[in-house]
Amino acid sequence: MSPVSRGFHGRRREPEAEASRVPPGQYATTDFPVLSAGPTPHTALEKWSFSLRRAGDTLKTWTWEEIQDQPAEDVTADIHCVTRWSKLDTRWKAVSIDTLLAQVDHQARFVLAFCDGGYTTNLPLADVTGGQAWLAYGYDGSPLPPEHGGPARLLVPHLYFWKSAKWVRGLDLLATDEPGFWERYGYNNYGDPWREQRYAGD
Amino acid sequence: MHAPHENDRDVRALDGNAIGGLFLEIFGTEMTTAFTTCATCGSTSTVAEAVVYLQAPGAVMRCRTCGAILAVVVRRHATNCVDLLGLAALEPVPG
Amino acid sequence: MAGTAVRGRLTWQVATVGSVTDETTSVRTIELEVPAWAGHRAGQHLDVRLTAEDGYTAERSYSIASAPGEPVMITVERLEDGEVSPYLTEELRAGDEIEIRGPIGGYFVWDGADPSPVLLVAGGSGVVPFRSMLRHRERIDASAPVRLLYSARSPGDVIYRAELDKQPAGVEVIYTLTREQPPGWTGHRGRINAALLGEVAWPAGEHPACYVCGPTPFVETVADTLVSLGYPALQIRTERYGGAGGT
Repeated sequence: MSPVSRGFHGRRREPEAEASRVPPGQYATTDFPVLSAGPTPHTALEKWSFSLRRAGDTLKTWTWEEIQDQPAEDVTADIHCVTRWSKLDTRWKAVSIDTLLAQVDHQARFVLAFCDGGYTTNLPLADVTGGQAWLAYGYDGSPLPPEHGGPARLLVPHLYFWKSAKWVRGLDLLATDEPGFWERYGYNNYGDPWREQRYAGD
Repeated sequence: MHAPHENDRDVRALDGNAIGGLFLEIFGTEMTTAFTTCATCGSTSTVAEAVVYLQAPGAVMRCRTCGAILAVVVRRHATNCVDLLGLAALEPVPG
Repeated sequence: MAGTAVRGRLTWQVATVGSVTDETTSVRTIELEVPAWAGHRAGQHLDVRLTAEDGYTAERSYSIASAPGEPVMITVERLEDGEVSPYLTEELRAGDEIEIRGPIGGYFVWDGADPSPVLLVAGGSGVVPFRSMLRHRERIDASAPVRLLYSARSPGDVIYRAELDKQPAGVEVIYTLTREQPPGWTGHRGRINAALLGEVAWPAGEHPACYVCGPTPFVETVADTLVSLGYPALQIRTERYGGAGGT
């Protein structure tokens, strides 16, 4: 048994957090920790695009300007990282994934998000539709900074935040599920923080 | 020493010294001096000179030459899950 | 006893804080009593693990500040939004227990047997492993000449100043202060660049062993510059710290 380090609390805790909003095994922080498995990409907006692909074909691509022209929402969400911190009431400016998917014909049941730097993560289609997922390009009133995934990231707050892929460039629309980066290295395929599905087999 | 990918001055990028303790626990011996061969680009180096990211859901070790992943360690409950598929070779130096 | 020492190195063991000493307003040296310490080499580090009451743990690595044979000491810089360093530099006190693992590292070490000149380039708290090397050099009366080029933000940020100013013949310490200099300062100012390295470093023909330690951007700039000045990459050893403090 590791001895408790007297007086150690970890990150700055959010003292006002209601317990009912913090999933099991998590603690609420006022920080916004930056986690990354590789170097921060810096894609120029002129070169940036977001695409929906199926079986190697691009069904539709939006440039940065075209994404800015999509109806955007102000989203307030609690986010939960598998490394145990949660952050309540985060504020985003984002386009609903429903809005983008509605512009293509597909019969996908799963998606695999792909990103600058090579990161991927998979989700059931049912979890990125119905108002549950967004393409977020603003955070806390400002453009999303690169360290937090800018120009744009996926935002899927009901699942652990590794599913909210940073530096996202599109979604592959799939008929069958395909594990992404952390899913292949031992993390849970689904990742529901309320059932504490952190690792494969949880 | 010099990596061609875009942001090799990222403050969060450490080197293989930072993964030395974890590897000591996993392999039972000093590993920062171990020779590595990247399975993606074939370059040889040492664990100490790899690019390491520790602020993540797992420890990620990348090739300093090409940026490809060499190894990932995820601590799952009380076990270290070690993926070395990005390494064509990992040879500890005896002694 | 040897079996216990090996096990201690491989896994976490509990150390007791013996004393704490403030080096600067944001840097503290912590002396540890480690029951199964197997000894260490100059330049090695150890890992620290802290556990909160709810079981949350955090781990960080710190260079060992003392020489082989001295009690184990680490020197920690408080990072502004750090998770561990504020605790170690402000809360931790004598008698507290922390878990440590180590010593670790066979690459960023200097044992003193080689008489080749040594160049040490430190950015901020990157000076810590070099203090271990300098103390070791003195304890074994090594002959290798050493130059330490130490970059710090201001006079108040220089760690171990008194000790560094009293080095024996054979050790030269050259400072550069990047943001603020004391009145009458005749030393270097500004960040380390090719000109300063060219002036301070041993000539490449003397085959110096070079060590660079500090924040990642600092280490990469200095190492790349040394290579461009003709020092072979294999003769340059690097240790990168996370965070951008101190330079």
